[in-house]
Amino acid sequence: MSETVIKCESVYKIFGENAKKMLEESNGNVDAKTFQERGCIVGVNNASFEVAKGEMLVVMGLSGSGKSTLLRCISRLTDATGGKIFIEGQDLLELNNKELIELRRNKMGMVFQSFALLPHKTVVENIAFPLQIKGTNTQESISRAMEMVKLVGLDGRENYFPRELSGGQQQRVGIARSLAVEPDIWFLDEPFSALDPLIRKEMQDEFLRLQEKLQKTIMFITHDFDEALKLADRIAIMKDGIIEQLDTPANIVLNPATEYVRKFTEEVPREKVLIIEDVMDASSKNDLGDLKVSKDEIIENVAEKILTQEKLVGVVDSNNNIVGSIKPSKIIDTVFGGRKNGS
Amino acid sequence: MEYLKKYPKLFQWLFLLIVFFALCFAIDVPETYKFIRGQAEFVKDPNQSVYFFLGKEVRYYAFDVFWRLPPLLGWLPIWINDSLFFLMNEWMPMEFWNEDTQEFKTRPILLQISRNLTAFMTFLIELIREILLGGLETIVAFTSWDFIDAYPWLELPGLPWTIVAAGAAILSYKLSGKGLALFAGLTMIYISIFGQWKPSMQTLSFILVAAPLSFIFGLGLGIAAYKSKRVEKALYPILLVMQTMPQYAVLVPALVLFGVGDHAAVIITMVVAVPPMILLTILGLRAIPPEVIEAGRMSGCTNWQLMLKVLIPTARRDILIGVNQVIMVCFSMAVISAFIGAKGLGFNLLLALNQLNIGLALEAGLCISLIAILLDKMSLAWANKQTDYFGNLTFFQRNKNVIFFAASFVIGIILAYVGTFIFKGSFNYLFEIPHNKGISTADFWNKGVDWIFDTFFVYIKAFNTWLIQDVLQPMRALYLRMPAVATLVLAVGAGYLIGGIRSALVVAALTLFIALSPWWDRALVTLYMATFGVVISCLIGFTVGTLCFQNKKSAAFMLGVCDIFQTFPSFVYLIPVMMLFGITDTSVLIAVIVYATIPATRYTIEGLRSVPVGLHEAATMSGVNKFQRLTKIEFPLAFPHMMLGLNQTIVFALFMVIIGAFIGTEDLGQYILKALSDKNGAGIGLTLGICVAFIGLIFDNLIRTWVGKRKKHLGID
Repeated sequence: MSETVIKCESVYKIFGENAKKMLEESNGNVDAKTFQERGCIVGVNNASFEVAKGEMLVVMGLSGSGKSTLLRCISRLTDATGGKIFIEGQDLLELNNKELIELRRNKMGMVFQSFALLPHKTVVENIAFPLQIKGTNTQESISRAMEMVKLVGLDGRENYFPRELSGGQQQRVGIARSLAVEPDIWFLDEPFSALDPLIRKEMQDEFLRLQEKLQKTIMFITHDFDEALKLADRIAIMKDGIIEQLDTPANIVLNPATEYVRKFTEEVPREKVLIIEDVMDASSKNDLGDLKVSKDEIIENVAEKILTQEKLVGVVDSNNNIVGSIKPSKIIDTVFGGRKNGS
Repeated sequence: MEYLKKYPKLFQWLFLLIVFFALCFAIDVPETYKFIRGQAEFVKDPNQSVYFFLGKEVRYYAFDVFWRLPPLLGWLPIWINDSLFFLMNEWMPMEFWNEDTQEFKTRPILLQISRNLTAFMTFLIELIREILLGGLETIVAFTSWDFIDAYPWLELPGLPWTIVAAGAAILSYKLSGKGLALFAGLTMIYISIFGQWKPSMQTLSFILVAAPLSFIFGLGLGIAAYKSKRVEKALYPILLVMQTMPQYAVLVPALVLFGVGDHAAVIITMVVAVPPMILLTILGLRAIPPEVIEAGRMSGCTNWQLMLKVLIPTARRDILIGVNQVIMVCFSMAVISAFIGAKGLGFNLLLALNQLNIGLALEAGLCISLIAILLDKMSLAWANKQTDYFGNLTFFQRNKNVIFFAASFVIGIILAYVGTFIFKGSFNYLFEIPHNKGISTADFWNKGVDWIFDTFFVYIKAFNTWLIQDVLQPMRALYLRMPAVATLVLAVGAGYLIGGIRSALVVAALTLFIALSPWWDRALVTLYMATFGVVISCLIGFTVGTLCFQNKKSAAFMLGVCDIFQTFPSFVYLIPVMMLFGITDTSVLIAVIVYATIPATRYTIEGLRSVPVGLHEAATMSGVNKFQRLTKIEFPLAFPHMMLGLNQTIVFALFMVIIGAFIGTEDLGQYILKALSDKNGAGIGLTLGICVAFIGLIFDNLIRTWVGKRKKHLGID
């Protein structure tokens, strides 16, 4: 396990006048209903998790589930009511204003759902904005911003104003702006939700390409389960402020922890999400047939090959060592069987 | 019984009306009661009752409390006066160094502050005035009279009018384009040729001082209110009252604090112009999407950086609309403050109206209106102009406006210099055309007015007599016939039925303030004139608005007309009506109707326009005809917005009724006018202003509460 970058311990965010007092009285047992009766709304309820360096944690939930609130607690755009948050070991809630600004100027970048570009600045000025706020001189900040313009593929449009760009282009600017200061931690709050489906897919691919290159520590918020599956290293599913399950995409699809999570997984085409490693049998490595498949292969790509076999199919890692096996019938099981009661 | 259950509100209203009329009939008019005219209050009369409060003597005619409440607040204006006098002349005397006499002098601190402020304002106004018109006060302020005597060439010559005209045209071109540039140029040439240059530039210099100062204060206070709930709560009631207070009424306290002249006018203009700026600043800052603010925070902005680099630029448009409002208020104040000695077009207009020289008044009024339209269009164009990118332009392209202005500056000076040779011994027409040397059309208009009077005198008189004798006087008598208690019951009952206990209490407090002031009768007269004006304005406005809405082009045209009419300072409306109807209540009422019809029309069109397209289509598909669509869909949905129009109509009508005092009415306005020439008038003027503001606020509260509920009910926002 590599080093932990973000660490949350029992984070609560409760909106309302007496929130702090009520939280203390409740001894960490927060019931949304009783709080609501007393005029408080629970945004985040006892969230504890860690995000490792270079990992992408996707927080998925429907509107009102508290996912954006959680993100804002971690970026301290709003102060958490209770609990502790550590960024690279620093206690976030203990930072004074100056230290917080310092942290944001150097360590954090954030992308917003509605792009949140400054309407009076051009593309390149928008991207250079965080640098100029930091005090970088104009020439240097503009040349750095121009690099970012190229990175997100907006060359030739650097002198456009946000109002002259399409939604997808605007979000590219938003992404470039958030990356301008080379932050270690990257927050994305439903960055693609406001875009058309086709553009959204294009941006997701673009985003994966960027992450491949940059290897940031990412918290990504979305309400789209498919998007979460496609992008995430791990997914946290939230409902009413509570994290229902936090696991890898495969485990969530295969072993949903609650009824709520299961509903999302029902419609998921498993053969497109799961890889061989997720369904293989690591204990039996003998009595294998001729065919061998890589453990990182997505099931869909090799299903046809495996299904033509009668014997066990060997599973190999990147060094061609056998790490397990898979029965052809297991493929059928995974794709068609056991949807209602798990596999 | 079934009806009672079906329409509970209707029966509640009916019950309220029955109680009201029962009270009206049950309470008789006391035999000694008569409407007190003119100066009667100031005469000591043995029939008057007297009481003392805080050492102030209040005299009044006592009636049955059901009929008229005693003026328990009668001490307030006297007390305000005495306090002001005390603060200005006795409070905290201190030693101040006097430059002129070279010695220390003891002065109350407030007086000293007021004098310093006055001196500063005077300096600013003189500075700009002398840039535009020439003079030597500014130079003297830095040196001395002896110095100027020694070096007479230091006197500022003033800009030739050609340069100012070119400057206005170039600025308009930059802001909007050729159309506005042409309009600006023509306006300036018109002003110059018709000999209105000097007063126009005096008015302009007044605005050039008042508007930026109001902008700075308004922006600052607006930001403070945005940042702190406490500041906003403290400011809110003041803003509310200032929005409905007739501009006229604040003149009187200014007179006491700062004396007579342009400087007092600038200071008081700021008092009036700052509130809309504050409101629009708050509005603009509130409208910024929260994500933009978060983006700024996440970029690591400090609070200052966030305000200067993110919030204000993002709210740019609303803030500039605020600037537009500030300029328009400053302009209308520039005219009104002629009453306290501000020089310029307003002063000429006032003078001409006083002399009943309609022709001259019309010329000044036209000038005022043209400049008002020009400034309005320019500031609006500025607000709507989007930032452009300059990086890839050449030096000439980037600075062409400056270069053009520099060129016209040189040409203007050359022209003025050449002019000294052409017009040897007479006036240099290429430098400045003096007031009496321009073309004047006054005689023509005066003859026209005479002709109208000669030709139509019989008809106008007949109309006038009919209106006054058969409509206005009975209506006024009815209003005055209302016992105070009945009026209170009606107002509070309406408040309760519309907005519950809260509204009832607010309305009760506002009404009681007026009822307990010494001017209840006057307030009723004000109310009667306003009601008459509002009813007719709404009838016209709603009808015209609905008709114009039937066609997109006519709707846009009508809104444009409303825009233009709204930019005229209210005083201008008195000119044409005086032309036709002379000095009568009819004139005032017609001015009220014309002025108040603007918001009624505008809000009707806007309200009808705001009905969602989807509903139109749904209605059309249900097979409604045009009339059904109007009555079943558009009116019900547009009605809340139209009621907001009614609210504006009431405020506009009240303003005009008060200004109508200038022509001679018997309402609150008359007393405000009187207070202007009374050395103890400050308290009276202020209290009267508050009374008028409260009348407006009563209706404002009721209508807004109702509209809020109705909109919620209809699910529109």
